[in-house]
Amino acid sequence: MKELGIQNIDELYRDIPEKFRLKQKLNIPKGSSEAEVKRHVENLLAKNKTSATMPTFLGAGCWPHYVPAVVENIILRSELLTAYTPYQPEISQGMLQALFEYQSMICELTGMEVANCSMYDWASAVGEAARMVARITKRSEILVPKIIHPERNATLQTYVEPAEVQVKHVNYDKSTGQLDLEDLKTKISTQTAAVYVENPSYLGFIETEAEAVAQIAHDKGALFIVGVDPVSLGIIKPPGEYGADIVVGEGQPLGIAMNFGGPLLGIFACRGDMELIRQMPGRTIGITTTLDGTKRGFCMALQTREQHIRREKATSNICSNEALCAVASAVYLALLGPQGLKELGETCMIKADYAIKKLSKIEGVKTPIFDAPHFKEFTVNFDDTGKSVQHVHEDLLLYGVHGGKDVSKEFPELGGTALYCVTEVHSKHDIDRLATALEEVLKER
Amino acid sequence: MSTFRQARWNEPIIFELGKVHRRGFALPEIEEEIKQVIGDVQLLMPQKMKRETPPKLPELSEVEVTRHFIRLSQMNYGVDSGLYPLGSCTMKYNPKINDALATSPTVALLHPYQDPQTTQGILQILYTLSRWLAEITGTYEVCLQPSAGAHGELLGVLIIRAYHKRNGELKKRSEIIVPDSAHGTNPASATMGGYRVIVVPSDADGCVDIEALKSVVSERTAGLMLTNPNTLGIFEKNIEEIARIVHEAGGLLYYDGANLNAILGKTRPGDMGFDIVHINIHKTFGTPHGGGGPGAGPVGVSEELERFLPVPRIGFDGKDYFLDYNKPDSVGKIRSFYGNIAVLVRAYAYILSLGAEGLQEVAEVSVLNANYLAKKLAEIRGFELPYDKQKPRKHECVISAKPMAKETGVKALNVSKRLLDYGVHAPTTYFPLIVDEALMIEPTESFEKEELDRFVDAVKKISQEAYSNPQLVLNAPQNTACTRLDEVKASHPQSMALSWKMYLKKRKDI
Repeated sequence: MKELGIQNIDELYRDIPEKFRLKQKLNIPKGSSEAEVKRHVENLLAKNKTSATMPTFLGAGCWPHYVPAVVENIILRSELLTAYTPYQPEISQGMLQALFEYQSMICELTGMEVANCSMYDWASAVGEAARMVARITKRSEILVPKIIHPERNATLQTYVEPAEVQVKHVNYDKSTGQLDLEDLKTKISTQTAAVYVENPSYLGFIETEAEAVAQIAHDKGALFIVGVDPVSLGIIKPPGEYGADIVVGEGQPLGIAMNFGGPLLGIFACRGDMELIRQMPGRTIGITTTLDGTKRGFCMALQTREQHIRREKATSNICSNEALCAVASAVYLALLGPQGLKELGETCMIKADYAIKKLSKIEGVKTPIFDAPHFKEFTVNFDDTGKSVQHVHEDLLLYGVHGGKDVSKEFPELGGTALYCVTEVHSKHDIDRLATALEEVLKER
Repeated sequence: MSTFRQARWNEPIIFELGKVHRRGFALPEIEEEIKQVIGDVQLLMPQKMKRETPPKLPELSEVEVTRHFIRLSQMNYGVDSGLYPLGSCTMKYNPKINDALATSPTVALLHPYQDPQTTQGILQILYTLSRWLAEITGTYEVCLQPSAGAHGELLGVLIIRAYHKRNGELKKRSEIIVPDSAHGTNPASATMGGYRVIVVPSDADGCVDIEALKSVVSERTAGLMLTNPNTLGIFEKNIEEIARIVHEAGGLLYYDGANLNAILGKTRPGDMGFDIVHINIHKTFGTPHGGGGPGAGPVGVSEELERFLPVPRIGFDGKDYFLDYNKPDSVGKIRSFYGNIAVLVRAYAYILSLGAEGLQEVAEVSVLNANYLAKKLAEIRGFELPYDKQKPRKHECVISAKPMAKETGVKALNVSKRLLDYGVHAPTTYFPLIVDEALMIEPTESFEKEELDRFVDAVKKISQEAYSNPQLVLNAPQNTACTRLDEVKASHPQSMALSWKMYLKKRKDI
């Protein structure tokens, strides 16, 4: 203050018009010591019930998977945790290399050549992908399956509305849930910018005719976008092998805790075609060398697509993304390796299948409602039990078990149906406990 | 002057490490009984969709993975490493207790679709945080969902859109005005929201030129996006008139909250007439930026605009907290679930620690620090403080290296790179665009006078170097993990490699 020749800090606020200066104190409690804050927050959080004490069978876009200790340890390293975006590459090589490695692993998983270093989540990634294909094809429609996560569907609509892109829904086969190819053929036109499918689908089954969908899209000059749960890609064919031009997905299951639904990790990858790459949203990291050419290094690439350079002509406004989550995923994938990821996929599929077999034995319960292979999620229908999904759910809670997500309002045509999820974190004991509780609950009619 | 040396491990890319069949993690064994019931897993997967070739992921042991990423972290620089005066980014200290609380299992293991009766604790935290943020910004209601500042801006623009749509003026009002000093996200967000961007120039004081503003507002104006204090660190003195002009034209006023740190508890955007405000939690409220994210970008709005916020809203009926999806005028969803919760929990703990008085002190000290630096740096040969020197700056100041560039050939970028050699992160360089050779400096409240003086000394030293041995500065940095990189090569179609597989194809060209 002496240097500045002022007596009072308020002198530095003298240019704020008097009428706007806050006269009263903010209505916020007065500050607390660290120990008090800790006690207060822990007491509040203790009111939550978690999957640690209550077997929980929820998935639907945020999935319970084990997070290895190494992952947590690395992402709390303060050089990574407390850094900003790597605008100064020479002092940020660690983050840049880690993000490059993340991008590379996503490319290996999806069968694409290029990935960005993250979007906010799967839903916003679909929205950005739809805008990207509209820019590339100069067409104004995108076809998506009727069976799509309602929140992804809603986000997609929000993202494309200002760009005047229409979202049209393609029906599904009533018995298998698979995308109805005949309906797709009727709806696709020269206005279709892209066809989007999710594999596995929102309701857990695998789309087995994805290659045919790609064919239909490409025949009409449309692009093909596939949304994935990356955990499935150790055993399910990568979208790059069945014609995908762009792959989006949710990276949260790759080493990121559920955290009540955020932060998540939007996967975004595409073919190595310059036409696509130039229109890609988000940051991407590339390899380069030092100016003298002697040493390899990493920096942000293609920044001319981004808002801080291009302003209103940028491909997207995204800047802060989910970089640290991307690093978590890179650590996770490096720990598992190809064999670990395959075993993880198999474990999910086997355990889900075991749960299906177990629950099917309960009178009145039909699971799954679609005759198709399922990955780690499956539908359970309670219509013949005489109880609503909500009722079953409430009763299960009394047994200390949290059932799946009620989808009966989202898809009324499917009746009283819930979406259950089983992964490697569920033991046989957990699944058996669910079956027993369900049996008890349904007995009490 | 410290002798900073960043680690230089020449660390291989992870794909170059490890050995075939090495593993770093074992999955729990599938129970025998399950195996017996299910049989061969291969039969579950339809042949057509089976992955034949495994993904070419690295194959490493746990210790190799750990060592690799620890080495990478040693080639990175965070707020905990030292001064990080990156303008408009508010790189303040991130209290460790907040990390500890946010990573506890009672947050980590919560599923967003759990029955609200099992998540009352987290809902209470989120609800209370939204009320506090409304109080701090002077808005009516705050939505916590946006994942980052730009995401909040997009939501803000969508709300502007929804407002005009409801008034039947969507088609007519097709323009959003932004000052020429605005952050790049403002015009990009406006475009994403379907608007044409009209740029309004700054006047000789570095503030919005009122006459120019009057000439561009019209019945086509949907809104104005503004940050106050602006990117020069100067408070827009005519804010009342700006608000009047925009509102009289039928537009809405949007507040870019990147610079909120300067005014916590001193003045509030809502009181100044802003209708929509976004907040950068990872800037103002001390949550770590994670090397690029996750952040959080809550949006506060006036009572009139409350109806347009995304669903679900977190409600409280006096007894229980609940999720409310019944908002027919909502713009819908901008992402899945309810926001970046682990970030928001940190912000809750941050505000709880500081309280009303602590927040005000944050603003005051950050402004004091910025003015101190503005004064000290402008005295150094080769630098000047553009715009009114007498006017106090707020959270940040912009100095120009124009004289130095002219006299020695050492540009702002070279100064930034040389600062890295002295163990200080560079300021935001070449922004705002309206200042030549700009260095935008935001010290925040987190650094004590000695650290600021160390920074001033480093800039002084660089000035002496520029005038005596400019090559030394032009060759910087030398003490970082690598020397200057060829950023053009990284983006050239012939040498561009955005993944390991692309690199293998092109390595001879790189």
